[in-house]
Amino acid sequence: MNEPLVVLDGVQKNFGDFFAVKRADLTIEAGEFIAIMGPSGCGKTTTLRMLAGLEAPSAGDIRIGGKRMNDVPPHQRDTPMVWQSLALFPFLNVRENVEFGLKMRGVSTAERRRRAFDWIERLEIGEFAERNIETLSGGQKQRVALARSLITEPQLLLLDEPLSALDAHLVIRMQGVLARLQRELGITFVYVTHSHSEAFAMADRVVIMSQGEIAQIGNPREIYRTPANRFVAEFVGRNNILTGTIESSDTDQVTINSVIGNFSAPTEGIHQEPGSLASIVIAADMVRITREATDAENTVVATLISEEFVGSIVTLFLEAADGTEFKVQLQERALTDLDVHAGGQFHLSWATADAHLLPENNG
Amino acid sequence: MRTSDWALRGYVLLVFVFVFSPVVMSMIFSFNSDRFPTIPLGGFTTHWYETIFADEDFWKAAQNSLIVSLCASLIATFLGFCTAYSDYRYTFRGQGAYLGIILLPPTIPLIIMALAMLAWFSKVGISGQVYSIIFAHTVLTAPFAMAIIRLRLNQMDESLEAAAWNLGASEWRAMREVILPFCLPAIVSSLFLTAAVSFDEFTVAWFVSGLNKTLPVHVLEIVQGTIDPQVNAVGTLVFLVSMTLVIIAQLAIFFRLNRSAK
Repeated sequence: MNEPLVVLDGVQKNFGDFFAVKRADLTIEAGEFIAIMGPSGCGKTTTLRMLAGLEAPSAGDIRIGGKRMNDVPPHQRDTPMVWQSLALFPFLNVRENVEFGLKMRGVSTAERRRRAFDWIERLEIGEFAERNIETLSGGQKQRVALARSLITEPQLLLLDEPLSALDAHLVIRMQGVLARLQRELGITFVYVTHSHSEAFAMADRVVIMSQGEIAQIGNPREIYRTPANRFVAEFVGRNNILTGTIESSDTDQVTINSVIGNFSAPTEGIHQEPGSLASIVIAADMVRITREATDAENTVVATLISEEFVGSIVTLFLEAADGTEFKVQLQERALTDLDVHAGGQFHLSWATADAHLLPENNG
Repeated sequence: MRTSDWALRGYVLLVFVFVFSPVVMSMIFSFNSDRFPTIPLGGFTTHWYETIFADEDFWKAAQNSLIVSLCASLIATFLGFCTAYSDYRYTFRGQGAYLGIILLPPTIPLIIMALAMLAWFSKVGISGQVYSIIFAHTVLTAPFAMAIIRLRLNQMDESLEAAAWNLGASEWRAMREVILPFCLPAIVSSLFLTAAVSFDEFTVAWFVSGLNKTLPVHVLEIVQGTIDPQVNAVGTLVFLVSMTLVIIAQLAIFFRLNRSAK
């Protein structure tokens, strides 16, 4: 049997009474781009540091390439990391920084210089090769850090919020650089971030962590469309969550009853007893908004509170009679026939098929 | 420029005049042919320098001073580096007390320190030797070395050492390739500063040196006998040596810290 490149098997990490990672089970295939995301303190960075050997798991096993790595010191692994602070060596120039990993491995001067120049060229920082690190801009330093980590041609590259210090426009550019490198090199990337846009733009699979546990693993579409629990539904944002008691439940469809009406969702194979609490999630871009009542399956009347423009996408924030908040996302040009103004009354509606029943019975 | 600016400049100038005039006087009198330091000055002479250069005692004292300050600065800087690094790298119980104890020696009055050392060295039978002065000066100067190097380590990106391990450096290799190069300006500065402090130090050296005089002790012995303008010449030389050391120490730390703090 071919084991995946990285296996986290019941991994736990505590610092005294504090459990940074309560339990992590995760397998990563060679060549995958995995993003681990979550709010600060969720254990994502600790997980990454355990992969690099900078922290040892308190329980469970970490295997890389089939080998148990729990007690292998960091310098005997080939798991280079791109640090949040970049951690470039300020007393070395660009080329010497890039060469560092090869120097530690005893590669001859001529050979490591040649390979350093290859990587420096590849990351388009050739003209700065002999420059002092301090004289470089943020984006250039970022490229040095990447070249320095990639020069040993590792199987696995760890990235700890590498773009968090960059300006917004540079972030987009570096995302492109990272995604292209990952594709071309076929290296497995494990990318820790708290930014939705970075994770969803680049990753094959996203791991959402919360309070030291993995809340959901899935591709970006699955995370968006079928959040596994309330935490994920709220964390990825732009979701409407409705809670009520189950009125009826058959094999295909479940209906919940709440103060503002009855709403249906596909069961997706989950059976919940009538009378118990349940939540359904409707993504903000699945909700239709009209001035007139419609004969759609699920409808709510709500008052517009505010609107938010991001590029050509508009998010409308509305409130139903009982105070339940709704978010509706639509193209800016769709607003023209709608006459939006704060305080206006609108009819919201969505198809049952677009609603998603949260699998857990957590109200 | 405003009046207050001129006032400030004038004030600073006065402070410098006050601090340095005795030294400048001593330098001037070291070239004065009169036996007594009076104004108006007599003729110009290098007689006093010739006298001390011909004096075997002076050369012996100079040699002792150089050996002591060189050895003390090397040992103190090594100890200071180890202490600063252990404080930077590890978190342990009593870390505050650890630092406090290390920084204690400069707060103890020199005369108490000197007496205590003499008593202790005599007890264990290591007093009155050149190495006794080296021990004593190491104790006195190590706190300065620790403080300078600790300051530098605090400026280091926390991830820098881990980044070296991550790229394949063992702990010793990371020490050699990352920590030491990063601390180099502070280490150089510490070497010169501790050498300067040791070269100047009189009280402790006088108590523990026995017959192995250092230059400051030699100066005192000249003064104790008679009024002898030789002392101005020796004083001038000692002053020039220590000022040079201090200035080099300042330059090392100032330039390098400024460059990498950006």
